[in-house]
Amino acid sequence: MLARPGLPQFEYVRATTSVGVHDLLSTANARLLMGGTDLFTQMRDGVWRPRVVVDVKHIPGMQDITMDPGGLTVGAAVTMNQLARHPAVQRLYPALAQAASSVGSFQLRNRATLGGNLCNASPCADTAPAVAALEAILVLSGPAGQRETPFYDFVLGPGRTVVGTDEFLIGIRFPAQPAGSAGCYLKLGRSRMGDLSVVGVAVVAFRDLAARSGYRFRLALGSVAPVALRVPAAESLLAAEPPHETNLAAAADLAMHAAVPISDVRATAIYQTLMVRTLTLRALESAWAQLQGAGR
Amino acid sequence: MDDRHRVTVTVNGAQFQQTVEPRLLLSDFLRHDLGLTGTHVGCEHGVCGACTVLFDGQPVRSCLMFAVQADGHEITTVEGLGTMDQLHPLQEAFRDAHGLQCGFCTPGILLTLIPFLEDNPNPSELEIREAISGNLCRCTGYQHIVDAVQLAAQRTSA
Repeated sequence: MLARPGLPQFEYVRATTSVGVHDLLSTANARLLMGGTDLFTQMRDGVWRPRVVVDVKHIPGMQDITMDPGGLTVGAAVTMNQLARHPAVQRLYPALAQAASSVGSFQLRNRATLGGNLCNASPCADTAPAVAALEAILVLSGPAGQRETPFYDFVLGPGRTVVGTDEFLIGIRFPAQPAGSAGCYLKLGRSRMGDLSVVGVAVVAFRDLAARSGYRFRLALGSVAPVALRVPAAESLLAAEPPHETNLAAAADLAMHAAVPISDVRATAIYQTLMVRTLTLRALESAWAQLQGAGR
Repeated sequence: MDDRHRVTVTVNGAQFQQTVEPRLLLSDFLRHDLGLTGTHVGCEHGVCGACTVLFDGQPVRSCLMFAVQADGHEITTVEGLGTMDQLHPLQEAFRDAHGLQCGFCTPGILLTLIPFLEDNPNPSELEIREAISGNLCRCTGYQHIVDAVQLAAQRTSA
């Protein structure tokens, strides 16, 4: 029985411990198998031709979501649907839950993983803005042990990350959120369901007495730059004076000016630019309404 | 290097032991090795949903998995839903409400909907449309599919 033409031969290794995986990654022409939703299409199109495919999902901890006083730790192989329906993630990290539930289709979300989405480093990765706004720390496993890197430094450009050839991502750590934190992820696709994003906007907001306005907003944009883009100018504006109609609109304008999209098959750059302002304003208003609701 | 793997997979309640190449897709394993051609193959890029099967009870795209990954797992294909004499209630509703025309997308849509209706026995029209948004149908315009799901939900709750 022949496999279909187009998928070249490779060796499949199902790892149940990280021991040996680093060697394999550095010596063989190897690719990690997470949810497979990108790996399959890249292999079928002949872009990736690995000799070894290493399935690392079964290494202990890779599929676990754990909460402790320090925050939330998500195993790299946790699926989008696991995140989207996790009650504590929905309550405390709504931007992450909403971003996860916006990825692809339901069937895809049963396989697609947070780690895969981040390591694939697509500019339109839906979870990237949420992970950026939540200031997550990525935990990498290497031959010498584990090391941590902030997501801020993780993605170098489209398809490129700081993960070394002998390393792999094992988990994503989200710092504990202040009580009453608000957040959301808004996505514009060509259709309302199951498409790649044209613009993605993540907002996280919470009360912060150290800020002059009493509030801290974190804003990150997806699909409009080579990497997920924080907008410090907009964040500073809302830290300086409490949100009201005018400065929320001004913050959305700053986001629009920070975006550097390119025209592609899904949208023109000018359309994306304008939609950044629209979606950012809606996301900020939503987060602000949540904060006010929580304060009552 | 031994590049073939022995896998034990439960499909529609029956256990199968086969030797597979790592590159064999789960969809091709089901169709060619097991002869279960009810699982259809459309885009092979994870977009169309025709190849949807239940993997440990959850809908997944079988064109985006290798057969070797199914080792030790349980799979349900459309052949596991009903028989020619005794259709599954959802299949019955699809027949009665004209929820299919060419039928190519139907197995994937049925399998997507089985766990959806278990979780949400009385879905709204929007929820139904969201549920099948990962399944492309080029014939029906979806309207009769939505009708069929609503009919199935009505009958189940009645």
